[in-house]
Amino acid sequence: MRTLFKTSYAFDINHLVDPGERARVGLLILLALGLPLLLSDYALSETMMFLCYAVAGLGLMVLTGFTGQVSFGHAAFLGIGGYAHTWFLMQGVPFLLSLPLAGLVAGAVGALLGRAASKMHGFYLAIATLAFAILMETVFGAAEPLTGGHMGIEVPPIALFGHVVESAWQSYYLYLAVLLFLVWGVANMNRSPSGRAMIALRDSETSAQSLGVNIARGKIVAFFISTFITGIAGALMAHQLMYLSPETFGLNESLKLLLMIVVGGLGTISGAIIGAVFVSFLPNAIEVLRGVLPAGIGEQVGLEPFLFGAIIAGFIIFEPDGLYGRWRKFRLFLETYPYYKRASAVRQKRYLKTGRFR
Amino acid sequence: MQWTDALQLTIIGLAQGSGYALVALGFVFIYRATEIVNFAHGELMMLGAFMVLTFAELWGLGFWMGAALGILTLGVAGYALDAAVMRRMIGESQSSVFILTVALGVMLKALAGMIWGYGPRNLTVPFQGTVEVGGLVIATSRIVVIAGTIVICAGLYLFLSRTKLGVAMQAASQNQLAAYYSRVPVKRLVSVIWAISAMVAATAGMLMAPVTQVSPEITAVGIKALAGAVVGGFGSIPGALLGCLLIGVAEPFLDYAYPPLQGVYAYAIMLLVLVVRPDGLIPQTFRKKV
Repeated sequence: MRTLFKTSYAFDINHLVDPGERARVGLLILLALGLPLLLSDYALSETMMFLCYAVAGLGLMVLTGFTGQVSFGHAAFLGIGGYAHTWFLMQGVPFLLSLPLAGLVAGAVGALLGRAASKMHGFYLAIATLAFAILMETVFGAAEPLTGGHMGIEVPPIALFGHVVESAWQSYYLYLAVLLFLVWGVANMNRSPSGRAMIALRDSETSAQSLGVNIARGKIVAFFISTFITGIAGALMAHQLMYLSPETFGLNESLKLLLMIVVGGLGTISGAIIGAVFVSFLPNAIEVLRGVLPAGIGEQVGLEPFLFGAIIAGFIIFEPDGLYGRWRKFRLFLETYPYYKRASAVRQKRYLKTGRFR
Repeated sequence: MQWTDALQLTIIGLAQGSGYALVALGFVFIYRATEIVNFAHGELMMLGAFMVLTFAELWGLGFWMGAALGILTLGVAGYALDAAVMRRMIGESQSSVFILTVALGVMLKALAGMIWGYGPRNLTVPFQGTVEVGGLVIATSRIVVIAGTIVICAGLYLFLSRTKLGVAMQAASQNQLAAYYSRVPVKRLVSVIWAISAMVAATAGMLMAPVTQVSPEITAVGIKALAGAVVGGFGSIPGALLGCLLIGVAEPFLDYAYPPLQGVYAYAIMLLVLVVRPDGLIPQTFRKKV
C-alpha cells in the first residue's frame, strides 16, 4: 500500500488520487458514453433503468452508508419523487425545473420524517421508515385525484426546451448526466463539514457530539440529501416505467435498494454503482436459476424474495464490506504480496454498551 | 354509532391489541437483553401458526398436541436462530443487525409461502363460537386471546422475578458484562430468551388464528406490534403492552371512521407519536452519555 503525502491544496481536494483508480473511472465513463453505439434500444432502456437504480442507491447510501441510519422504506421516496414529477409535468412545469422540484418534495417529506426520529436511537428511524413506507403505499392508492389511485397514472414524455425527447440515446445521455452530476456532488459533499459530520455520526454519536456536531441537525440534513437524490431517481424512473401505480413502490422495492447498497459495499460511492449493476443483473440470474432448479422449487413465486433475503443476510454475515470491500482486499493482497495478512482486513468490533441507564 | 357498537368495537380492539401485545412482548424481551430489534418477529409468529397448523391438521395430531409441538418447535427454532446467526453479530454495528433481521424475515416469509402456499388457511380451534353478554355478541376466540395474554404476562412476570433463571436473565439484560463476571452464562441465556420470545410469538399466532387465519400475510401483525411497542416506549414491557392495547383499540374505530386508509392506522399513530413524543408514552430508552 502506498502512502500518499499531501503536498498541495489541489492534491488534497483531488477526488481520484490513485492513478490506477483514475484510469478505471475514466474508462468506465468512456464506456458509458459509448454505450449507445454498442447496444440496441431495448438494452439501452435496461441500462437506463440501471442508471435510475444507481441514483437511488446513491441516495440511500448517503443515509445508510455514510450516516449509518437504516431506512427500510426508501422506495416510498422513489414513489413521492415519481408522483410529484408526474404531477408537475402535467401542470405544465418544464422537465428541467420539475426534476429538482420533485427531488425537493421528496426531500422535504424526508426531512420531516428525519426530524421526527432524529432525537432518538437509530432503531426508531428504522421502524419509522418501515411504517412510513407501508403507509405511503396505501396513501398513494387512496389519493386518487393526485396519483390516479390503483388504476395508475400515465407519465408524460420528457420534453426539453419544447422538444420531445424520443430516441433512447438522448434520454440515456440525460440520465447519465444526472447520475454523474450527483456522484460528483456526493463525492464533494463527503468533504464538506456536513458530510464529515455525517460520517462522524455513523462512527459514534457520542464522540461526534463531544466534537461539537449537532446530531439532530446532521441526521436531518442526511435525510434531506438522501431523500432528495432518491426523489430524483424516482422522477427519472417514472419515465422508464411509463405508468405509475402504488404497488411499484412497495416494501419489495425498498428491500431491493437495501440489497443494492449492502451488496455493493456500505459507505462507498462505488458500492452504490456496483450494487446497481448487481441488482440489474439479478432478475436475469434468477431466471437462469429457475431453469436449473427442479420444477417444484424453480416455479415458486417466493424464490425471488427468498434469494433477496438470503443474499442480504449472507453479505451482512460474511462480507459486510460488500463487493467493493472484497475488491479492495483483493487489491491490497496484490499490492502487498507476499506480506498480506488476514488480520489487516479484520473489522474492529464495537461492543455497544447499553443505552439504558435504569 | 350506538354505544353497543362502540363497546363491541372496543372488545374487538382489545383482543386485537392483546395479540399485538403478545408479539411485542417478544420484541421487547429480546431488545432488553441484547439491544437487537428483531424485525423478523412477525415472521416467527407466522411460522408458529403454520407449525401448529401442520401438526394439528395436516398430520392429524389434534389441536392440543399440535399446539404443544408447534410452540416447542418454535422454541427450538428461536434458540437455533440466535445460536447460529445472531450470535455472530455481537459487536457489529446496530444498523447491520437490523438489516440482517429484516432479511431473515423476508426469507422466512418467502419460505412459508413456498411450503404452505399463499392462500389463507383455517385452523380449527376448540374455542370457536360466540358468547352473548347483555346484548353483546363476542366471539369466544377473542376472549381467549385476551385471557391468554393475561396468563402469559403473569407467567412471564413470575418467571422473571421468582426463578433463578429469570433473575439471571434480568441481570444479563441490565449489564451483560457484569452478569458474565458473576458466572451467568450470558450467551446461552440470550439464546434461551430468543427461544422464549419465539414461543410467545407462536402462541400469539395460534391464538389469533381464528381471527386472522393462517397465511404469510399475517406477518403484518409483527410490524403493527412493533408500532405498538414504539408508541408505548420501546424498552419497557408495561409500556409496550399499553401501546399495543392502545393501537388495537384505536384501529377498528379509525377503520370505521375513514375506510380508504384501512389497515395502516397503526403506522400513522406511531408516526404521530414519534413526532409529538419521540420517546413513546412511557419513555425507557435514554441517550447514551460518556
